[in-house]
Amino acid sequence: MSQPTILSPAELARYARHIAIPEFGVEGQEKLKRGSVLVIGSGGLGSPLLLYLAAAGVGRIGIVDFDLVDESNLQRQVLFSVDDVGRPKALVAKERLQKLNPHIEIEVYLERFSTENARALVRRYDVVADGTDNFPTRYLVNDACVLEDRVNVYASIFRFEGQVSVFNYRYADGTRGPNYRDMFPEPPPPGLVPNCAEGGVLGVLPGIIGSMQASEVIKVLTGVGEPLAGRLFLFDAATFSTRILKVPKNPDTRITGLINYDQFCGLSPKEETPVRSITVQELARLRESGADFQLIDVREPYEYGIANLGGELIPLGSIEEAADRIARDRMVVLYCRSGQRSADAIRRLQQRFGFDNLYNLEGGILAWAREIDASVPTY
Amino acid sequence: MAKILIPTPLRKFTGNAATFEVKGATVAEALRALAEAHPQLKPHLFDNAGRLRSFIRVYVGEDDIATLQREDTPLTDEAVVSIVPAIAGGS
Repeated sequence: MSQPTILSPAELARYARHIAIPEFGVEGQEKLKRGSVLVIGSGGLGSPLLLYLAAAGVGRIGIVDFDLVDESNLQRQVLFSVDDVGRPKALVAKERLQKLNPHIEIEVYLERFSTENARALVRRYDVVADGTDNFPTRYLVNDACVLEDRVNVYASIFRFEGQVSVFNYRYADGTRGPNYRDMFPEPPPPGLVPNCAEGGVLGVLPGIIGSMQASEVIKVLTGVGEPLAGRLFLFDAATFSTRILKVPKNPDTRITGLINYDQFCGLSPKEETPVRSITVQELARLRESGADFQLIDVREPYEYGIANLGGELIPLGSIEEAADRIARDRMVVLYCRSGQRSADAIRRLQQRFGFDNLYNLEGGILAWAREIDASVPTY
Repeated sequence: MAKILIPTPLRKFTGNAATFEVKGATVAEALRALAEAHPQLKPHLFDNAGRLRSFIRVYVGEDDIATLQREDTPLTDEAVVSIVPAIAGGS
């Protein structure tokens, strides 16, 4: 070595297996140490991503997550243990990662990634790794990266399938590779593609896909290898089939500023028929008062087995066929896990059958468990 | 026979079938045959004007048909047509 290295003897020992790779060497390790990455979401994809990026020695890692560890996360979110249930994910992640590698800095943002903070957060890091779980945030991450000129290492998962790509990559000539909007100018209508909570996901899948995402982050930071820019990797664990497809740039893509992403993805409450609702406190008072009302649970039978508030079970998918079981002469309260599916059920019933006595339980079972009865399991 | 690969989110409209073998000279003909065989799939592939929806991409081999001849892209008997939807899961 002609130049003194920024790596300490302890770090040189720690990263010996990286340094032994001819293309990587001390130089690659130094680039990792000087590099920074913002990991948005510390759940399924975020867990392997963070573990490998920390272990590999990325110098500064930001974690954005406002969520708390839940029992149902442990099937795949390998950062967390039983003892962590109920604690903020990003904080637990920081503790774990700092033990794994004391040579790196971990910065934690216990907040929702939103139009208010997106650009400022993205600007602080070299690379962004998107491990979020919904379309509005996917588009927000993409647009913030394009506007702030950052690489977006993207991955997403659904049941047995995963996708990986490197968006907005900066080529040697200074041009940028395609971004998410070049692939998908618009999101699918709400409800067509369920999220992991509704649609399910094989626990090991985020482990596979998130590790690939980590590998791409490391390649982008070090310049080693050929990043998956302009290409989309597809994996189907069910058949063990893999494909790499080309992602062309779309000349019609224009990103000039951040927008209202809920509205863009068809989730804006303004766009939807309003639904009357009651709070969990109001429901608790109704029950105590002995009032005559019907309580309906629109979740799936397996969810009912995990936790229920004693409502009559009519899953969302069969709510319209079961309309004659729903009272018209008294108040009816519908609930689900978080209040989204029950609001959807009410809209369908109001539109198709003209019900005017339906109320949505705000925040669903999760709110009930949080604010009324902590003995109700959450998932 | 060309083969169309159906992605997971759309399999609920194809009776869980993951592939569809089709005789068709072009992508448009192949997709039309698929939509006829599985009518519930049609609104998820095409808008009211009969154009492909913007939240799915269609590939022949490894190439996006947008870079080929779009829906008029010719298909050989060995062609593999992929329908790639946007998915957003990550947690």
